[in-house]
Amino acid sequence: MRILEWLPWVRARRTRELADELRAHLEMAEADRIARGETPAEAASNARREFGNVGLVQEIARDEWSRGGLWLERFAQDVHFAIRMLRRAPAFTTVVVLTIAIGVGATTAIFSVVNATLLHPLPYPHAEQLVRIEDDLVGLGARDIGMSTPEWRDLERSGVFDFVSPTWFDDNNLTGLQHAQRVGLLIVAPNYFALLGVKPQLGTGFSPGDETPGFNGQAVISDGLWKTAFGGDSEVLGRVVQLDSDSYHIVGVMPPGFQAPGRTREERGTQVWPAFGFAGAPLNQASVESRRSLFAGALGRVRSGLTVEEAQRRVDMLVRQLRQQFPADYPPASDWRVRLVPLKAAIVGDVREPLLFLFGAVVMVLLISCANVANLLLTRATARSRELALRQALGGAPSRLIRQLLTESILLSVLGGLAGILLLVGVKNTLVRFVPDGVPRVNEITIDWGVLLFAVVASISVGAIFGLAPALQIRGLDLIRALKLDGRGMTGSRAQNRTRRSLVVAEFALSLVLVSAAGLLVRSFWRLLEAPLGFDPQNVTVLRTRLPYPNDPKEDLYPTVGAEATFVREIIRRSMTLPGVTDVALGSGAAVPLDHPQQDQTLLRAILEGDIVHGEQPLFITGSEVTPEYFRLLDVPLHRGRLLDDFDTDSAPSVAVVNEAMARTYWPNTEALGKRMRLSSRSPAWTTVVGIVADARTESLASTSAPHIYVSLYQRQGKHLAIFVRGRFETGAIARAMREEIQRLNAALPVFGVHTLNETVSDSLAVRRLSLVLIASFAVTALLLAALGIYGVTSYLVAERTPEIGVRMALGASRGDVMRLVMAQGVRLAIMGASAGVVGALIVARLMSGLLFGVAAADPLTFAAALALLTSIAFAGCYLPARRALRVDPVMTLRA
Amino acid sequence: MASKEPPTSRIELLQGTLDFIILQALRWGPCHGYGIVQLIRAQSRDVLQVETGSLYPALQRLVRQGAIATEWGTSSTNRRVRMYRLTARGRTRLAAERSRWEQLTEAIAGMMLPPAAEES
Repeated sequence: MRILEWLPWVRARRTRELADELRAHLEMAEADRIARGETPAEAASNARREFGNVGLVQEIARDEWSRGGLWLERFAQDVHFAIRMLRRAPAFTTVVVLTIAIGVGATTAIFSVVNATLLHPLPYPHAEQLVRIEDDLVGLGARDIGMSTPEWRDLERSGVFDFVSPTWFDDNNLTGLQHAQRVGLLIVAPNYFALLGVKPQLGTGFSPGDETPGFNGQAVISDGLWKTAFGGDSEVLGRVVQLDSDSYHIVGVMPPGFQAPGRTREERGTQVWPAFGFAGAPLNQASVESRRSLFAGALGRVRSGLTVEEAQRRVDMLVRQLRQQFPADYPPASDWRVRLVPLKAAIVGDVREPLLFLFGAVVMVLLISCANVANLLLTRATARSRELALRQALGGAPSRLIRQLLTESILLSVLGGLAGILLLVGVKNTLVRFVPDGVPRVNEITIDWGVLLFAVVASISVGAIFGLAPALQIRGLDLIRALKLDGRGMTGSRAQNRTRRSLVVAEFALSLVLVSAAGLLVRSFWRLLEAPLGFDPQNVTVLRTRLPYPNDPKEDLYPTVGAEATFVREIIRRSMTLPGVTDVALGSGAAVPLDHPQQDQTLLRAILEGDIVHGEQPLFITGSEVTPEYFRLLDVPLHRGRLLDDFDTDSAPSVAVVNEAMARTYWPNTEALGKRMRLSSRSPAWTTVVGIVADARTESLASTSAPHIYVSLYQRQGKHLAIFVRGRFETGAIARAMREEIQRLNAALPVFGVHTLNETVSDSLAVRRLSLVLIASFAVTALLLAALGIYGVTSYLVAERTPEIGVRMALGASRGDVMRLVMAQGVRLAIMGASAGVVGALIVARLMSGLLFGVAAADPLTFAAALALLTSIAFAGCYLPARRALRVDPVMTLRA
Repeated sequence: MASKEPPTSRIELLQGTLDFIILQALRWGPCHGYGIVQLIRAQSRDVLQVETGSLYPALQRLVRQGAIATEWGTSSTNRRVRMYRLTARGRTRLAAERSRWEQLTEAIAGMMLPPAAEES
């Protein structure tokens, strides 16, 4: 039966009957009164007064049905009416919908990135149990130095983990197909895929219990490599591939979309996973048994039922035991510790802060657009107060009218939200292309249900919160006055004006926060660009190649420093003959400024002679191998001593050149020249510092200088080679010529990573540039919205005060006086808002200090500029309405 | 425009009392909305004035609860009009409400008397 009541014709009949019944009531009352002797006119009016408001009675009576479920009907009615109202004011509707679309669209865009990178769990089963295991030497300030085979075994046996797999990233030359290709290689234990809980799409993968000490000859490849190098051939399993002339057979192909959970772009792009036992060749017995022979970090799956915190406590206990058991390997001064980092935090750690910062900024834009919408709604509510008063007088219950107005504003915001989502879907692919390569999990960015839900909730709450203020004004509506004034000269109530002003103040406060944050970022960027690099990137092209490093030493074409030196000198000789080339140098990958893929990072273990603090405990210092031409080519000036030269070969005593930062840090009060250090804990040979060069910002533009040791490529081998070519030539042509020359020397060598150094410098700022552009565009949007907001409010105030202005002018106020009157009112609001914003801006600036460079968080110049900018925006926003005030004709207003 | 109604001291009905009074009025037989107002006014000697804004919602409520039922009849002005009559459930409820009412009035009367006794 209940269901039947919802049917429209049933409802219509009931409504008709109710109206009928009420009319009969009135008629009977009239008839009675006439019978008592009243005139028909008196009777009609008295009966009606006694009865009360017919519409209202009917409405309340119908309310009674709604408790049974007719709210649906009323909701449909409200929506229907709201649509009609909005269609009648297309300009208003368009402006509001667009404002909300921009706010919701931008917020949702940033949210989709936050959602994919920070909120979504990693795409592995029980990903919360996965950790990256990092070893620190807290006493030496060294982080994530890697672990040794005995330490790995200790962790495996500890009972804390289901699996622990060391990971070692490298790149390798894939040969045996049409042409030599460089591939990203992640050397893992056979339990690696079991640890992640992911199965290959083809093949069985490794068997997790495999005990082969060295490489077992098995490899798993990525879906991408399978498709590009093997054409998606389903017969690929069992095929043998050559990696650095070692043979592997393929036992699995990972599913599409699978990525190694790496911290760097290179590691995430891994194409081949060979299985390695970390306990046999090519590692020798001594290094397998030594606790000091380190390889890279490891991944672990914490035993189920154990939280990461609990696992960390147990690992801490194990570490204490080991330190007592092996005091020679773990001297107290070095303070060895093992840290379990939840895998997600390890992967997205670097982008967390900038992303949350961006999200905060975009939420501010959303709030500002909401404030604008609220202002528009308020103005409209004032203009409609006659309509609303009339509807109340005709029996519209205030609660019903409030609901009606709320429905209107929520409808507006839902429309805006939908427009925003459509906008976002339209530009999504373009947006994702803007995200720099370095951001992890970009491939996971989607507009999924979570993101849509966010957009819908955001727009509905925007509508509800900001529609509520104007809707509640209904309660204070003075019916008689509103009806009498006939819509002319209607002014908002005091409360309304207060709300309107506070909205503008809030808009300016939020805008100031955004503008000053953008200002700080711009200044930081500027500082970064103008800070001296310490090297000259002009006209330098860098190419990379990589010498194979087979597991079997007998296969190695370049087994000694001497053999490699011959090759290197030959490359230099041949390159110098190419047209346009003026200078050529080689170095290890770590010698390339500002571009250090994971496999290129070189931490030298240095034991300084006479170092009483650290003794035999090696220090970890970045270093690179370079040929003597390197310093000249990059224009890194020599400060003292001499540079490396052609006579520093494997038959001459080992020498090194260090930078000023190194000299300052490790030999603070004495001359670093002539000091000696051991650069390998196994070799007893001392390396002498023969020269000190200027600091160059080769690590990152934002960090001034890290200690750096340069040794000669003719004295110490580097397998990852970078070739620096200076001259006037076309980059593509020189790359082709160089590839030809190098492959004429050895056809198996890949040539890749061709960049000009200028590009490298610019790329190193990509993430910064992106957040700068985003924040700046948010700030510009905020300014536009704030200008619109203050324009709207001032226009409104001018319209409201027109009679007053007329009186003032009639009494002799000059145009200047009127102008000042109007401007002062608007600008005062703006300044109030902006000053309130300074407090917020200072807090935000402190939070974002990690993103700043060369600018104090409380930089007075930036804040003063932001204040000045907002003030001038306020002037601009008030100017037009002020002009309108000047055109007020005193005679007209006084007569009206 | 001053009211021509006699300035009798009307009593605001207690919450929940209206339903009881309507049921009570319908005890004499089926009646339409206007008749119920007149009945209540007459029986209370003009003290109880039921607002139409309260009456009709209350009638809708009682119909929904099944205490009264509607049927169509003809009014004194000779037009079709909706009549309300007590149902069996309404009678039971009326009895229950009445005993509750008696308890309440007794209690209130009891509270009124003792101070008078103390004064003497």
